[in-house]
Amino acid sequence: MSDQTVTPPNPEGALTVAAPVRSKPTATAAFAVLVMAAALVLPFVHDKPEDLRLLSLGFIMGIGAMGLNVLTGYTGQISIGHAAFYGIGAYITANLIIEQNLTVLATLPIAIAVTAAFGALVGLPALRVKGPALALVTLGLAILVPTLLLKYGSNKGVALWKPKRRHLASPVDSLTDGQWKYLVPLVALIVVYVLTKSLVNSRAGRSLIAVRDQEVAAATAGVNVTGAKIASFAISAAYCGLAGSLSVLVRGQADASSALSYFQLSIYFLVAVVVGGAATVAGPILGGMLVQYLDDKAPEWSGNKVGMAPFILGAVLVAIVYLLPGGLLGGLRQLVARLRRPPSAPDPSPNHTPATSEVQP
Amino acid sequence: MQLFLNQLFNGIEMGAVYAAVALALVLVFRTTGLFNFAQGEMAMLSTFVTWQIAQAAPILVAIIAGMALSFVGGALVERTLIRPMEQKGNPLGTVIITIGLFIALNALCQLIWPPSRAQSEPFSMPRPWPTRGTIEIAGAQLKWFTVWLVAILLLECLALYVLLQRTKLGLSLRALSSNQESSRLVGINVGTMLMVGWGLAAAVGSLAGALLASRSNQFDVSLMQFILAYAFAAAALGGMDSPLGAVIAGFIVGIAEAMAVTYVDAVEGIPIVVPLLLIFFVLLLRPEGMFGRKVVQRV
Amino acid sequence: MSLLSLRGVTGGYGAGQVLHGIDIDVDEGEVAVILGANGAGKTTTLRAISGSLKQVDGEISFDGRNLRRVAPHQVARLGISHVPQGRGTFTDLTVDENLRLGAVTRSDPGVAGDLARFYEMFPRLAERRDQAAGSMSGGEQQMLAIARALMARPRLLLLDEPSLGLAPLITRDVFERLGELNRSEGLTMLIVEQNATLALGIAHRGYLLETGSIVAGGPASELAADEGVRKAYLGF
Repeated sequence: MSDQTVTPPNPEGALTVAAPVRSKPTATAAFAVLVMAAALVLPFVHDKPEDLRLLSLGFIMGIGAMGLNVLTGYTGQISIGHAAFYGIGAYITANLIIEQNLTVLATLPIAIAVTAAFGALVGLPALRVKGPALALVTLGLAILVPTLLLKYGSNKGVALWKPKRRHLASPVDSLTDGQWKYLVPLVALIVVYVLTKSLVNSRAGRSLIAVRDQEVAAATAGVNVTGAKIASFAISAAYCGLAGSLSVLVRGQADASSALSYFQLSIYFLVAVVVGGAATVAGPILGGMLVQYLDDKAPEWSGNKVGMAPFILGAVLVAIVYLLPGGLLGGLRQLVARLRRPPSAPDPSPNHTPATSEVQP
Repeated sequence: MQLFLNQLFNGIEMGAVYAAVALALVLVFRTTGLFNFAQGEMAMLSTFVTWQIAQAAPILVAIIAGMALSFVGGALVERTLIRPMEQKGNPLGTVIITIGLFIALNALCQLIWPPSRAQSEPFSMPRPWPTRGTIEIAGAQLKWFTVWLVAILLLECLALYVLLQRTKLGLSLRALSSNQESSRLVGINVGTMLMVGWGLAAAVGSLAGALLASRSNQFDVSLMQFILAYAFAAAALGGMDSPLGAVIAGFIVGIAEAMAVTYVDAVEGIPIVVPLLLIFFVLLLRPEGMFGRKVVQRV
Repeated sequence: MSLLSLRGVTGGYGAGQVLHGIDIDVDEGEVAVILGANGAGKTTTLRAISGSLKQVDGEISFDGRNLRRVAPHQVARLGISHVPQGRGTFTDLTVDENLRLGAVTRSDPGVAGDLARFYEMFPRLAERRDQAAGSMSGGEQQMLAIARALMARPRLLLLDEPSLGLAPLITRDVFERLGELNRSEGLTMLIVEQNATLALGIAHRGYLLETGSIVAGGPASELAADEGVRKAYLGF
């Protein structure tokens, strides 16, 4: 397969995405299949509930982070409110199970559709504001949603909805509850990963990248910028909604009691994207799992100190933006490329465009 | 009438705090062109530091020391965390850094001053001046505390105004936000000015935080949590590069919130809706706010 | 010894080199002019001198001092005032504030006196002293930029295409003033320009810059009389 080496003229460091480079497809694809197979087999050889649970939550973070990546890494729109969609997804699933006796799987399409619609709605103001102002609007979202859920949807005055355990149990006889709660998010993750990969490599995907890098140029080239922005908001929202729904299965509840936790989760998604690497589809998955792991283990390491996990994650975010703007996977890629290149070849450093407004004679 | 006035006084009291934090945001925006998402949490850290000093010194000394330390802290943050990213020309990266700071500083406060401590011995900020009692106006009660709070913060705003408009330092700061390149050419050390801008903002936030904390019997890490939304609403409404606008808008936001909570049923229990709606409408309908000159557009 | 001298100066932006070895001398009290078309490297040369060019190599000495690693704000404090292309006005500050900024590094008591002097010299600026500088016309802003640069009492004035965007009559006025300033105050100037006629008219020495290299240099009168220069730059 031919290499696509169209690199957008973007001097930015963090959150840049080169156009999909289809180099060595067989090696990476084989690796991916191997990992997926191992993951699918795991619950049958290592049936420890706590480990499986941690991994499930990691998969869920991965789905959410992939969603945010579609928006931030590929379309260049920043959001720190995506936990709102996660929350909506969780709320819908929990309530449909409680009120309508649906199975978890049956609630998924509904949650996805509703959050996608919300996402598109949020995408509308995104048309008018950019950068930090947009982040501000999405911050508002992260605060608004749990507040409204508490006020208008609360369960006897508390923003906590817990479906009965039997609704969340495994419907398949040969799978234990723990295995079921592990496999459902994993399969969802795999499906979403494959879908995202094909989106990124499609013409639609390249439109998104064009919007991110050179919006005006993209518009003149016939890209429907409005459509692209709204679509990417909708898609990323749907991913987070799915993640939220799945979280009900694993955690056993939907919780909207703290706006700060919503904001924190939104930032965790962002950390996952940046740490894992916005330059890839798989990066956010890695980032998501890392974030989940840190969130879980940090209290243990620090003697149960409240705040250790967010402190580490906040510090990691700052450090990664500086030291490894391409995230872990981005850094890995650079390393591999450097090892592969013969030592005599010059290192193609990115073009430095000076930030001056002066006309150069 | 009594209810209206009481609520008005409440609104003015909170409005003064919103105005101060909004002023800090605008200072940073004017000099460096950045939204500092961590402004509230920086103020919160300053508040805790002030409290800590107050455990061993009179409160007035603590507040002043807190402001001085915050000035240094703000300048350092600009120099070490913000400037290198700015020099790389990566605005998205800088936004992310302030977001990371937001979370990290909040968590840092929880680590150094654990909430569990508060259960046996709550964090309580003494008031810098004795204020008990109220003045009666048309049947409503105006707390002395409100009068002092507003007076102090207005004084602070006035001091900043004088600094910005009547001193060479202020002129240099304003030059920086007007044209950075030309500032260099007339001999202004842009790097130093950037640090001063952030330092001033941090000091302003510190005072606001200390006063806000002294409003109730105790405070905790959630002190500034929502203030950010209110401060941003005020800054956006006033115009992100207008200090005067930030102050006026701060009071407007405070009063609007108090009125909405009292008279609009739908808002009950969720006052945060007020600033959020304000932000939403300002950004969509009039991004430059009331007095702003530039349109908020950095990416 | 020249007040300003450049030897073998190279520099550019990123992968693109703009200057390929510039040699220039400017003596104290003289007006030197660098003529060049668009893209020749005029602005880059001035930026190299005032310290705004990051990627630069070669020897730049001002009054015996090496300027190469000196930061722009320090170059300004050494006595070099650079009026950039497009004038670099502080558009949202008032005329008065713009002028005061010119003297922002000065702490001597002469500032108020200088301010009054410039208001007398440029009455139009005095008329508009409390107006936003950005509301003035191009010609007025050019006067403001020059006055602002002079407020620093510089030893060397760098001007980047003062004629840019100005009507011919205004441009002539600007150059007349510049010539006068040189004659009455002995102010040393280095002007880069496309408009050769006016520039050579007030200059003592001239250089031709083509794609980053000096291709000719000498007394201004000689340059003006040169056949090649006349065809290429003076249009006849």
